[in-house]
Amino acid sequence: MYGHMGKILRVNLTEGTVKAEALDPEVGKKYFGSRGLGVKIMMDEVPANADPLGEENKLIIATGVLTGAPVPTSGRYMVITKSPLTGGIATANSGGFWGPKFKSTGYDAVILEGKAQKPVYLYVDEEKAEIRDASHVWGKKVSEATEILKKEHEGANVLLIGPAGEKLSLIASVMNDLDRAAGRGGAGAVMGSKNLKAIVVKGSKKFALFDEEKVKEVSAEKIRILRNDPVGGQGLPTYGTAVLVNIINETGVFPVRNFQYSYTENADKISGETLAEKHLVKNSACYRCPIACGRVVKLADGSVVGGPEYETIWAYGADCDVYDLDAINEVNFLCNEYGIDTISAGATIAAAMELYEKGYIKDEEIEADGLSLKWGDPKAIVGWTKKIGLREGFGDKLAEGSYRLAESYGVPELSMTVKKQELPAYDARGIQGHGITYATSNRGGCHVKGYMISPEILGYPEKLDRLTLEGKAAYAKLFHDLTAAIDSLGLCIFSTFGLNLPDYVDMYNAVCGENFDGDDILEVGERVWNLEKLFNLREGIDSSQDTLPKRLLEEPIKEGPSKGHVHQLDKLLPEYYEVRGWDEKGIPTEETLDRLGLGEYKKYLGLADK
Amino acid sequence: MIKVEVRLFAYLRQGRGKKQILEFEEGTTISQVMDMLNIDEDDVSIALINGTDGPIDRQLKDGDVLALFPPVGGG
Repeated sequence: MYGHMGKILRVNLTEGTVKAEALDPEVGKKYFGSRGLGVKIMMDEVPANADPLGEENKLIIATGVLTGAPVPTSGRYMVITKSPLTGGIATANSGGFWGPKFKSTGYDAVILEGKAQKPVYLYVDEEKAEIRDASHVWGKKVSEATEILKKEHEGANVLLIGPAGEKLSLIASVMNDLDRAAGRGGAGAVMGSKNLKAIVVKGSKKFALFDEEKVKEVSAEKIRILRNDPVGGQGLPTYGTAVLVNIINETGVFPVRNFQYSYTENADKISGETLAEKHLVKNSACYRCPIACGRVVKLADGSVVGGPEYETIWAYGADCDVYDLDAINEVNFLCNEYGIDTISAGATIAAAMELYEKGYIKDEEIEADGLSLKWGDPKAIVGWTKKIGLREGFGDKLAEGSYRLAESYGVPELSMTVKKQELPAYDARGIQGHGITYATSNRGGCHVKGYMISPEILGYPEKLDRLTLEGKAAYAKLFHDLTAAIDSLGLCIFSTFGLNLPDYVDMYNAVCGENFDGDDILEVGERVWNLEKLFNLREGIDSSQDTLPKRLLEEPIKEGPSKGHVHQLDKLLPEYYEVRGWDEKGIPTEETLDRLGLGEYKKYLGLADK
Repeated sequence: MIKVEVRLFAYLRQGRGKKQILEFEEGTTISQVMDMLNIDEDDVSIALINGTDGPIDRQLKDGDVLALFPPVGGG
């Protein structure tokens, strides 16, 4: 088997058992691995309506067929589970080095089931996989726990949860290599519910490449393309993802104060340019990445830590009306330390600030915490982040995310979420195609599963008018499918700032010895997307949740370059369902499932299993 | 003459500053402004007039805000 290691590790935490199982080569070819493999395991093994934080739910950590391969950006792995935040599928991926290191122990994926009686961690190397006592690291923050485990296992890489995951915060992330996060969907809480603190891996096993010489040649060519690309080779390394702050703001789609406004005169204070000028120590790269978009920054106290992404700068910055990079760098570090998703945490504090502004949250509820919920207060974003991480005081409520918070005051519409997950840093009212990807994303409010910002604002791979509807549904479907394929291959989505579909074909074929074309790659992505959709339908997440917050549908943008626009979801959604081969209720048709080789899953639609 | 606020971003700022209000003759296009600022056409991917993207042969008018970006990406 090429690309894959050919083995899956199954760990039952209730029984305390570990065993190796073979990966079916046909499954490897049909789903590639990573996101695709994980979704298939979830669908096949987890019963419908399982409690996300109960023993029945499983946590899948999977690498892709190209993870660890000598091709650019092959450092990704995926965490797949039933999300405690959305109740649907969670697929959160992360870079760094842990993914390839895990694969080099000899496994493509690990299935974590059941619940340990007391805190444990999993140790995996080429010879053994053992469940070990974690009482000495339970309760510890990410950097301290990582340091202890690395001291005990020299040369190992550590994936773990912080206190937020232990305390079952619904916005807890899974962390690896100190500051890389599988952030979205609350997978950290699922790991915490299983009493699993960490997975420590050490290995150097290689997997077979079909044509080693060809792989070298193809890889060199793709690295050259990425280095010569103005974004992959210059923009991202120099300014990081925060280079977007100014362009998104100047376009008038930079959400401010919980999406009440869409433009700010203060954007440059928190831009990638300012970050590079005043706070950046150096940039950093994940495994085999020629882009190196990661930031390393100096905090106000002089310590040097991982720096914030664009989304984090927005969530804690403009969304909370805070324009103070020292405070944002600090909260970013705190989120990494406690293991919290920066987008959901920042956006939940922003929602709380609006609930306070409108009189729903009263002073007496937050008095004891000694923190304000006033717009623009840098002390508030720092203080509340700590309290979310430990679920202290009012932070206990914030740790459940903005939907449950706003709902508890009877105004769920003030939560800027899709499927109860916080939206990221782009106002869909002024970017029609991006809005349809928000509404239909299987994992809820999200920008990385179909990044229509690329064509609608940045001009990649071509420039589209961001305010028109024509062709946008089909484009969104294409981006959803392509992203699902890239994710499942185990590559970074930022490779698309340079690479195109034929480049992924080249890399896959050279590593795996297949004869795939672009359509075959896209079909894998489409299969994965449809299976995720079926998972959600089985969990009762139907088309009524393929929507956007009322504010984006009914309140026109108040000012700036996108003034007067709302999102026209009612026009785009039926078209999206149609191009997907789904019926008007957003349910895949039998023909679509047959075409994608998903006939065995018809039973979940109440359809005959032919 | 018309007054236009020119905003530059990312590496277009190098040696040119962040923002300036400049006077031009009536009918000046984005492309002509880029020439005056010694900015190569290949270095500009997005040119916004008052937040609206479009071609660089567009003419500017009094009070416009012109924002020029090199190719940028992220997410």
